[in-house]
Amino acid sequence: MRISMEVNGRGVEVDVEDRTSLADCLRDRLGLTGVHLGCEHGVCGACTVLLDGSSVRSCLLFAVQAAGHRVTTVEGLADGAGQGGLHPVQTAFMACHGLQCGFCTPGLVLTTCELLAEDPAPTAEEVRARLSGNLCRCTGYVKIFEAVDRAAELMRARSGTAAAPAGAAEDTR
Amino acid sequence: MTATDRGHRDEWVGRSVPRKEDLPLVTGHGRYVADIQLPGTAEVAFLRSPMAHARITGIDVSAALAGEGVVTVVTGADIRATVLPFTRFVDQEFTPPGLERAAHPVILPCPMPVLASERVRYVGEPVVAVVAADRALAEDAVALVDVTYEALPVVVDPVLAVQSGSPLVHDDITDNVQATFEVRAGDVDAAFAAAPHVERFNYETQRQAASPMETRGVLAVHTDVTDETTVWTSSQTPYMVRTRISEQLGIAEESIRVVVPDMGGGFGPKVQVYPEEVLLAHLARTLGRPVRWIEDRSEHMIATAHSRDQRHTVEVAFDDSGLITAIRDDFLMDAGAYNPFSITCAYNSAVHFRSVYQVPHFQVRGRCVLTNKTPNGPYRGCGRPEATFAMDRAVYQIARLLGLDPVEVMARNLIPADAMPYPRGMPYRDGQEVVYDCGDFPAALAQLRALSGYDEHARARQAQPTSTAVTRRGIGFASYIEGTGIGPYEGAVVMLDSLGRVVVRSGSAPHGQSHDTTMSQVAADVFGLNPDQIIFSAGDTSLVPNGIGTFASRSAVVAGSAVLLAGRRLEQRVRAIASELLEISAEDLVVDAGYVHVRGDATSRVSLADVYRAALPGPQARIPGGTEPGTRELQYFVPPTVTFGAGFLAATVSVDLETGGVVVERIDIIHDCGRMINPVVVEGQLQGGILQGIGGALYESVVYDENGQPLTTTFMDYLLPTSAEVPEIRQIHLATTSDRNPLGVKGVGEAGAIAPPAAIANAVADALRPLEVELNRLPLSPPTVIEAITRAQR
Repeated sequence: MRISMEVNGRGVEVDVEDRTSLADCLRDRLGLTGVHLGCEHGVCGACTVLLDGSSVRSCLLFAVQAAGHRVTTVEGLADGAGQGGLHPVQTAFMACHGLQCGFCTPGLVLTTCELLAEDPAPTAEEVRARLSGNLCRCTGYVKIFEAVDRAAELMRARSGTAAAPAGAAEDTR
Repeated sequence: MTATDRGHRDEWVGRSVPRKEDLPLVTGHGRYVADIQLPGTAEVAFLRSPMAHARITGIDVSAALAGEGVVTVVTGADIRATVLPFTRFVDQEFTPPGLERAAHPVILPCPMPVLASERVRYVGEPVVAVVAADRALAEDAVALVDVTYEALPVVVDPVLAVQSGSPLVHDDITDNVQATFEVRAGDVDAAFAAAPHVERFNYETQRQAASPMETRGVLAVHTDVTDETTVWTSSQTPYMVRTRISEQLGIAEESIRVVVPDMGGGFGPKVQVYPEEVLLAHLARTLGRPVRWIEDRSEHMIATAHSRDQRHTVEVAFDDSGLITAIRDDFLMDAGAYNPFSITCAYNSAVHFRSVYQVPHFQVRGRCVLTNKTPNGPYRGCGRPEATFAMDRAVYQIARLLGLDPVEVMARNLIPADAMPYPRGMPYRDGQEVVYDCGDFPAALAQLRALSGYDEHARARQAQPTSTAVTRRGIGFASYIEGTGIGPYEGAVVMLDSLGRVVVRSGSAPHGQSHDTTMSQVAADVFGLNPDQIIFSAGDTSLVPNGIGTFASRSAVVAGSAVLLAGRRLEQRVRAIASELLEISAEDLVVDAGYVHVRGDATSRVSLADVYRAALPGPQARIPGGTEPGTRELQYFVPPTVTFGAGFLAATVSVDLETGGVVVERIDIIHDCGRMINPVVVEGQLQGGILQGIGGALYESVVYDENGQPLTTTFMDYLLPTSAEVPEIRQIHLATTSDRNPLGVKGVGEAGAIAPPAAIANAVADALRPLEVELNRLPLSPPTVIEAITRAQR
């Protein structure tokens, strides 16, 4: 079946089988291997992508379900506006040692992007709750929390609403 | 600032420099094994045994062979003449003389087929491999394979497995005990005879799956052009993979290249060499096209090694003050259907059992027992969390029996600082006598008491010994000791490339531990460069001739030291060559910022690229007399033995008496990992280890039913800690420099994971006072806690 969708800002047409998952389509057909498969049953969150701006598990969607929609993968995040062309969330994960093996990172970065788009200054509890659908086995999450706080600061600074909210993470270095 | 001014260069080691690894990983450009695209790759799927124990009476692959896109279907019979079974697993299985003398290990042969052809011994054992154009078609064809089985009696419980009349997993191992050892220190019998108190406790640590977020995966390709087989694999031990392929396929190691690409975690189970790695090398060679197998998660939960499955019976002799004079420990490790690591994990439990305590008289017997379950292997801590759980629960239970404060009893039993270095009267796994090298345990425990607020908590508890609150708070302590940086060796190549850059190649490959950053810090200090200027690579058997791997908290210690030694040797050589060029003594030259210059005169200099060119072979070579051309140094570091990291951990928990739910509110840890190369990397290692320890304490459990059927094959059933379960974590770093390696470091990779189960169990026991609960079996899931409360209330 031939489907068309927008992937990382670009219109694509691709032939897929009915049974092909969105994750396999993105990885195998479009070469977007930043979409990682950690469980293929919708728990680990490594395959998270944004569908029309909302996070979804690409292992649980068929590719055909994305037809006509807008898909963002981690490869599509760097927008040139942040440090070294990176999205502020990517910059923050690097700055805070928010990753070790990096396998869960694309999913966590995208979930964080979604969260900060909805709420530029989430509370610690909101961050913990929102990230709980993305498993990380390396970091113990502590430095990921710091990265999310840092990303929120960077994004507020970028959008000009630089007023630092209570509870913003301090530089722990 | 120049090196001349600095005298001793120590600019980068010790600093939390940002990681060099991160940019590709945050942008989705990492290259894990599943991401590597080679034209013409065929995909492999396995038919695995659905039976825990059965005889294979027939395999019909005809329908599968006719399946769409199928390239070939391979059974055990097909490869019998060409692929040998696993008879050796790990290179450390050689028993050193010191260990042989002291522990008298008995290790029986337990060969594991690459594909089972006559008998299956656990659910998940590979039986048939299907190669097809893509993975979906390969799985379609797997469904068409018809295997008939004749069920055999199943043994699931290791306690039953050692009883006479039990079904046998391997017919020639007549009590299912595949490996055993017994070791003693001091005069245990006399100490027990003289003891005022003797108590016996049983402790059980549950079977766990380490669960790296990336499963295993293998991509193999053979080229006739160079007659070389290249295997990319998500492995902690590429050199062992190379050796196993060599031995089992009968080809020279020199014709095999094993490469570890980016890797999504390891934590122990990827130390083992698996049937899939050997088989895919064979398939690539016979099919003449690349073949790949990527494990899916449900496969991973049954086909990749489990760990931690131990049952200890502990007898403790102690006096009225709580001083422990002797311990006897007799334990079983459930090895599963094969025991790839023989006594490795079990002996670790034995040797670390006494932790930071004196316990002058000690005797331990370990038995590795075969059952019809997935084979056991190491998982972060490898035998130490199990031993620590038994030891530190016993300390708490003794204190309770004597009516003493448990932390006081801990303190009373500690090895005093002035007793260091402290011999333990038994050998380490490397055969060398265990001698704790350094550390001030009493001071560390005192610091943790202050940090955790324990004394205030204990006073409040004394003031109000009973409570009617539904939610109660407790604080529990535990300790750990860890031999880190085990040998036998690790290698490093440090060389100049043609652009005059410093290139570092390590035999130990990372899977999240930040090798690129930390080893570049080490090399940067030697050459007066920024870590970003060091070109680092690892995990490719073609780059360093021999190596061991990344496990047992050994990389910083052993591989880092190899980088330092090779770097120093290259630095000397670079100065010697520059001495020929500048016609000045090498002693008067300094290597800094890509140049070699005269001490005190930065303008009289040659570049490292000049040095590289001057050392090329030929009549124009300007090399010191009597040396070979080139600017490449290979050095192996052989540690004398392990160096001991240690620490204490306090868990603050709240327990809901109605639901049995335990919430970990805070973890305080004080630890000594020697000199820290990169403190933020150390913090991250500890935090990650602690969360895994919390998982083992409260959530994670691999469950089998009585027929040997696994019940936890998804992340819906096997619960990993999420961000919602993260407590506050506070760390204090002590840095007692080790003198067993030139960097002065101790390993830290496993440290965080060892003490949490014991500390959390002790904290739950503390919270439930004055009830006397038995919390001697992990995990402390709500039903377990409720059951313990109910039993104590009777």
